[in-house]
Amino acid sequence: MISEKMRKYLRPTKKFPHVWCPGCGIGTIMGAIVRAIDKLKLDADKIVMVSGIGCTSRMPVYLDFNTLHTTHGRALAFSTGLKLARPELHIIVVTGDGDACAIGGNHFIHSARRNIEMTMIVVNNSIYGMTGGQVSPTTPYQAYGTTAKLGNIERPFDICDLAIAAGAIYVGRATCYHSTLMEKLVYDALQKDGFSVIEAIAQCPTFFGRLNDFKNVVEMVNWQKANAVPVKKAEKMSSEELEGKFTIGLLHDVDFPEYTNLYRKLMKRAQGGG
Amino acid sequence: MSGAEAIASGAIAAGLRFFAGYPITPSTEIAEILSIKLPKVGGSFIQMEDEIASISAIIGASIGGAKSMTATSGPGFSLMMEGLGFACMAEIPIVVANVQRGGPSTGLPTKVGQGDVLQTRWGTHGDHAIIALSPSSVYECFTITVRAFNLAERYRVPVIILTDESVAHMRETVVLPQEGEYEVIDRELPTVPPEWYLPYDRAHGGVAPMASFGSGYRYHITGLTHDAHGFPTSVSEEVDDCIRGQIEKIIFNLDDIVEVEQLYMDDAEIMVVCYGITARAAKEAVEIARSKGIAVGILNLLTIWPFPVQLLQTITEQIRVAIVPEINMGQIIREVKSSVEGRCKVVGINRVDGDNIYPHQILEKISEVLS
Ligand SMILES: Cc1ncc(C[n+]2csc(CCOP(=O)(O)OP(=O)(O)O)c2C)c(N)n1
Ligand code: SF4
Repeated sequence: MISEKMRKYLRPTKKFPHVWCPGCGIGTIMGAIVRAIDKLKLDADKIVMVSGIGCTSRMPVYLDFNTLHTTHGRALAFSTGLKLARPELHIIVVTGDGDACAIGGNHFIHSARRNIEMTMIVVNNSIYGMTGGQVSPTTPYQAYGTTAKLGNIERPFDICDLAIAAGAIYVGRATCYHSTLMEKLVYDALQKDGFSVIEAIAQCPTFFGRLNDFKNVVEMVNWQKANAVPVKKAEKMSSEELEGKFTIGLLHDVDFPEYTNLYRKLMKRAQGGG
Repeated sequence: MSGAEAIASGAIAAGLRFFAGYPITPSTEIAEILSIKLPKVGGSFIQMEDEIASISAIIGASIGGAKSMTATSGPGFSLMMEGLGFACMAEIPIVVANVQRGGPSTGLPTKVGQGDVLQTRWGTHGDHAIIALSPSSVYECFTITVRAFNLAERYRVPVIILTDESVAHMRETVVLPQEGEYEVIDRELPTVPPEWYLPYDRAHGGVAPMASFGSGYRYHITGLTHDAHGFPTSVSEEVDDCIRGQIEKIIFNLDDIVEVEQLYMDDAEIMVVCYGITARAAKEAVEIARSKGIAVGILNLLTIWPFPVQLLQTITEQIRVAIVPEINMGQIIREVKSSVEGRCKVVGINRVDGDNIYPHQILEKISEVLS
């Protein structure tokens, strides 16, 4: 069922039904983003949604904003140019875990380092969805993928730790089960003057689910519920207790001069002003 | 002034407002100069993390309405192929200066080469059309850069300034044209109400007006094959229109796009087909040959892609031999041969040791073909 609020932001033209599998988490995340935008009463003409390539990256086409579906991993690089050319735009980047952390990993860390204002929402389904279930840089150790039939021997990235270490000023994590938290994080992130990152943990029943013995979507969502620990609670838990779990909520919130603002100041200096 | 400075000045004159790049010899001067010039005129400069990011950023800025460019050399140009294809597909105006150096891979960073001619044409995957211009003097670095922006804006296509280490580093005393003495073309913006806007409409000469993001026209841009709205499609007729349309908008406008300098061609029996730095050597050689009464002329390819096939076909009615000097093992010579279809003999002069082709080499070849 599509809510009235959602319908307002969907493209009226022929783009439905969508490409996502039944039970996929990406739709829930799209809902949270749209509700946050609606609450903020942002002008649709000033919103740009940019994506790379993958199931997640198909999101922009459905939404009635300025939408840019770029090449695999490059959404942040396209966005950097756009933001410098038009600093007044709100840029929301939606990207898969492979898009963001494998092929786009370099752009990810450098966008965070520069602290250019945009909100990056990384949909982490622990796998490459669009290409059919290959391992990604976030596939858990020993989990299965079509390119790791004997179990993944690589260590996964922690997307939020990576974002914080690289310089993002606002970092949070939520799951599809915790969609209200997700909406709240997006709402706050969109108001930050700098580079914000939200990791949205999502189920990919078609590939990650099947390859890793989840019986159905409900079981996958229950896994999210059972293993997510709110930040406050996690503070009181030992590392043994946190083994195999992950924190959700706001993980990092600081302020730092924003890149396009700094550039505008530099421009004034170049022109002989203050 | 150097060729690199003239390219930077030409870009600003044409209305450049955004540059993203990654340092690489021998193109770096262009970035360094623009990092100073751009903020003065209210434009932005950014050094990106690599060349893939650089070309992506300029496409993004162009979508925001800013005339945008990057500059690089071979290794970086290879990394830019992905973005180049996106700009062709999504029909986003951008300008890329490729200051060629020698050899494949890291090659010969500080010396000249012309080995990227075919890569410029076919380096990005899939059928597409592209425009590439090649200056052979400091003055032309300026005028060709202005033209590169004008063509990019008019045809919504990436335009490559295919230059080389020698031209970019060459210093000449030049008087550049003043504002008003050259034409500056801006992309056409939509005037219809947003709900009527079709970003890929082919109805009016094959090139639709291009709205900037944030200007009230909300639409979709993708590297997937798309319909006139910009939405992804795999419907045969729409796919055909998408791909064929991108190519036809260029090949149906060759008169406007193709620019060739012809010297001493009226009565020529031998012609030297050249571009970039080799055109300098060719001019000197031909002047000497003419002073000796040899009927030789020059065809300097200021537009290198699309290749002037028709012009060559008509010219070669009178030509016996075409000499093609190139600082590569023979790239544009393939186009010359296929264009003349055996109507004249075609011979190359090739050099890949990092040095230029000199007038005496061309003169020797002229004597050789005469004997
Ligand atoms: C340069 C390039 N390499 C590979 C691909 C093929 N490809 C498409 S999507 C994708 C991975 C998608 O996984 P992820 O980013 O995690 O997103 P998801 O589909 O799971 O949302 C790959 C490898 C491509 N489109 N471009
Ligand atoms: S393959 Fe996975 S991520 Fe892609 S739409 Fe299906 S469920 Fe979602």
